[in-house]
Amino acid sequence: MYSRKSPLPYKMRDVVLPGDAACPGCPIPIAWKVLGAVFGEKMILVIPACCSSVVVGPYPYSSIKASVVHVAFASAAAVASGIAEALERRGITDVYVVAWAGDGGTADIGMASLSGAAERNHNIIYIMYDNEAYMNTGIQRSSATPYGAWTTTTPIIGKTEHKKDVAKIMIAHGIPYVATASIGYPHDLYAKLERAKSIHGFKFIHLHAPCPVGWRFDPRYTIKVAKLAVETGMWILYEYYDGKLRISGPSKPFIDSKRRKPIEEYLKLQGRFRKITPEKVEEIRKYVDENWRWVKLLS
Amino acid sequence: MLNRIIVEKPIHNRIVVAKPKIGVAGKTGTWRTEKPLVDNSKCKKCYQCEIFCPVNVIRVDPNTGATVDYDYCKGCGICAELCPFNAIRMEPE
Repeated sequence: MYSRKSPLPYKMRDVVLPGDAACPGCPIPIAWKVLGAVFGEKMILVIPACCSSVVVGPYPYSSIKASVVHVAFASAAAVASGIAEALERRGITDVYVVAWAGDGGTADIGMASLSGAAERNHNIIYIMYDNEAYMNTGIQRSSATPYGAWTTTTPIIGKTEHKKDVAKIMIAHGIPYVATASIGYPHDLYAKLERAKSIHGFKFIHLHAPCPVGWRFDPRYTIKVAKLAVETGMWILYEYYDGKLRISGPSKPFIDSKRRKPIEEYLKLQGRFRKITPEKVEEIRKYVDENWRWVKLLS
Repeated sequence: MLNRIIVEKPIHNRIVVAKPKIGVAGKTGTWRTEKPLVDNSKCKKCYQCEIFCPVNVIRVDPNTGATVDYDYCKGCGICAELCPFNAIRMEPE
């Protein structure tokens, strides 16, 4: 999978077109390039209100060579399940329905329709790209914002609650496939999407995507921050299917807590953690250890 | 009557469909403050820059090396930061 001659570069050239409306250093088009490598033009993206609906570009043009359906904030999973059901009735099997929502549209506003679609087990892939706040509207706190992070609605002491773990919630729904991925490891994301493609039913992928504007770091460090999140153990890459949790390749070395990099390295790079106190760092460390304990328990 | 109109018109006149186009946000190269310059004598064709380029403007040729489309490059610097052989450097415009 990690060979030098990877399957990615030539396949990921066609679907995403240059000149989209994303900020410099935005990871969304990188993830779309991987989506393009897996599905080609044979995908229907369902995008609720989020950064991505801006990145696609204004009507009458779009920056992605695939069908895009723009929907209201709360209804991404509901619309995607309707489209999937319609395709199934018509006997179309080579087109994949991908619901692509941000963390606000998944963990806060779209939670009810997501839970409903997961329970009905429609044949869709739901990707939550997690930039840990409402970046499109001006960096407001969401339930996926980590502990201690600055946002415009938690300006002085930072957020005082921990991040909502949506992947855990989806595992509890008993759907066929749940995975976490990171923008720093596109080959890992590619392998996960290929597996999701081969499974019939509701698939959920939680994609960690650093945002240079909202997290207050230089655009050039987007990939570095994404990789550091995995290397410090703050973000764990795993897949859950057939009732078993499998830790993915990039996260495997960090099962042993001694091999993880210090959390401060990840926090220091980001302006949103500038005011964090040592007690809060200790609290984050406890949360990370607790997460790892849970992952090891299931694997 | 209404039924006939709906059936006879081509699909693009009936529902709102956007067409794919290069440069929906204009020539995004004008946003750039720093320009990536590629030194192809150092390039080992590892494809890191092409995989991670968010604007999809870098093309790596197995024989000649990497080229950048400066019309649309936003100058984020991800390629220069990632390059394991320091073949890309950022220069102010």
